[in-house]
Parts: sequence; structure tokens; C-alpha cells
Amino acid sequence: MDVNQLQKRFIDYTTTLVQEGFLDDQFNQLQQLQDESNPDFVFEVVSVFFQDTDRLLNELGKTLELQNVDFKKVDAHVHQLKGSSSSIGAQKVRNVCIAFRNCCEEQNIEGSLRCLQQVKHEYSLVKNKLEYLFSLEQQILAAGGSIPTWNE
Amino acid sequence: MASTSNEKMKALIVDDETLIRKMHSKLLQIAGFDTQEALNGKEAVDLCSSGAVFDIIFMDLVMPVMKGPQATRLLREMKVACKIIGVTGQTEADEIKEFREAGLDECLEKPLTHAKISSIIEGLKNTQT
Repeated sequence: MDVNQLQKRFIDYTTTLVQEGFLDDQFNQLQQLQDESNPDFVFEVVSVFFQDTDRLLNELGKTLELQNVDFKKVDAHVHQLKGSSSSIGAQKVRNVCIAFRNCCEEQNIEGSLRCLQQVKHEYSLVKNKLEYLFSLEQQILAAGGSIPTWNE
Repeated sequence: MASTSNEKMKALIVDDETLIRKMHSKLLQIAGFDTQEALNGKEAVDLCSSGAVFDIIFMDLVMPVMKGPQATRLLREMKVACKIIGVTGQTEADEIKEFREAGLDECLEKPLTHAKISSIIEGLKNTQT
């Protein structure tokens, strides 16, 4: 596949992710911060998001397993996840976090466990999709092209 | 004023989250700032008390070691007169009120975007020239 075809595929795939609600306009904002002096910027930021989220989901699992659940701690983790998912535009993850925080406020253990499963599910979906997007990015850069910016 | 009209303006980003520091630093660098980062309120206070001068400080609310409101209050007591902009996740109105009263010029919701900060930057550039 030549550079133009790869770039087109990159734009089409990003557009589909937005149409399907996995990403929102904030991902576009993030892409606009990437330039030729820093062609891996989006990848770097999203990698930090993956690391943070893996750690937070692990912590949440442990905290919710305890006999006396510390909902303040759960809420602080979910608040952080909500912030980082909004920052990269991972809309579906953020939306589950909003419901999750309501369960924390009600000290609802069953609801919180259900939200944890949902957030894990949404996270694994968007992670796979972003990893595919980055593999396209690498192919474009390897072929000597530049990463196109998606615009709504 | 931290910089003369020939120099780049200086911004300090105070946030415990790497992701936010990375994004906000890049956003401000594109807007023409030299940026420095602090991981919590105490680091920001220590930097300023050791003589570092900034044109603008972007301060997170919830951080370990020292939160945004306490750091802002201390900076104002130290007569740090530059703009201090609070940057918060969606938080309780009471907490934001307390943060503002600690000495903020403005309070914005995370994540910052060019549209959110453009009028503040324009204002800074105008006072500089």
C-alpha cells in the first residue's frame, strides 16, 4: 500500500471511531498538538493513558474486593480515570466513569462492580482500536509520509 | 513580569498527572511559551521561593503533598503577582469557590484547549508590549 492509501485509511479509520462514539473531538485536539518536530506525541500521551488505566483498573479491582469498601478511594480512582479518558477523548470510557461515580456516591457495591466490568470492557475495545491506529501511523512514517490530522 | 518583550513568556504547569502535564506543556509551547513543570503544589511554592519567576501558573486542584488552594494561598502570601489559573476536573462548586478565593485569576475545566486559553494568552501578550 502506498503512502496516500495509508493516509486515507488512517483518516477513514479515525472518522469511523468518532462516528461510533469511541473517540470525541478531544482526540482531534490531541492530534493537533502533534507536529513534525514531535511526530510521536499522540502515541506518547496515549501510552501514558494505557499505563495509568492499567494501574487504576488493577487498584479498583483490589479496593472493591475488600470486606469494607473504601468508596472515597474508589471515587478518587474513578475521578482520575474520568479525567484522563476525557483528556484523550476516550468518550465511552469517560461515560462509564460518570455512572461509576454515581454508584460510589450511593455506596452501591453491586453497581460499582458492574461499572468496573463495563469500564474494563470499553477500555479494552478502545485500546485495541487505538493500537491499530498507531500501527497505521508507524506504517505511514516508515513509508516517509506525515500523519494527517482528522477534522470533523 | 518574568520576561521582556524579546523573550518567550514563561509558564509553570502544576499537576500530579503525567498525561496532563505532557498535554498542557505542549499546548503552551505551541502558543509560544517556555514551560516548566511541578508535580504538586509544594514543588511550585519551592520553585518560586527559590527565585523562579513565571508569567503564568496553571494550577491543578487535587494533588498529593500540597493541593492547589493551599499552594495558591502561599504563593499570594509570598507576593507572587503573576496570573494563576486554576485547572480542575468537574468538581464540587464549594471546592472551586475555595480555590478561587485562595487567589486565582480564573478557573478552567480540564483538559485545556487552545480555545479555552487563547483570551488569557492574548491578555498576557498585550500587557507585555
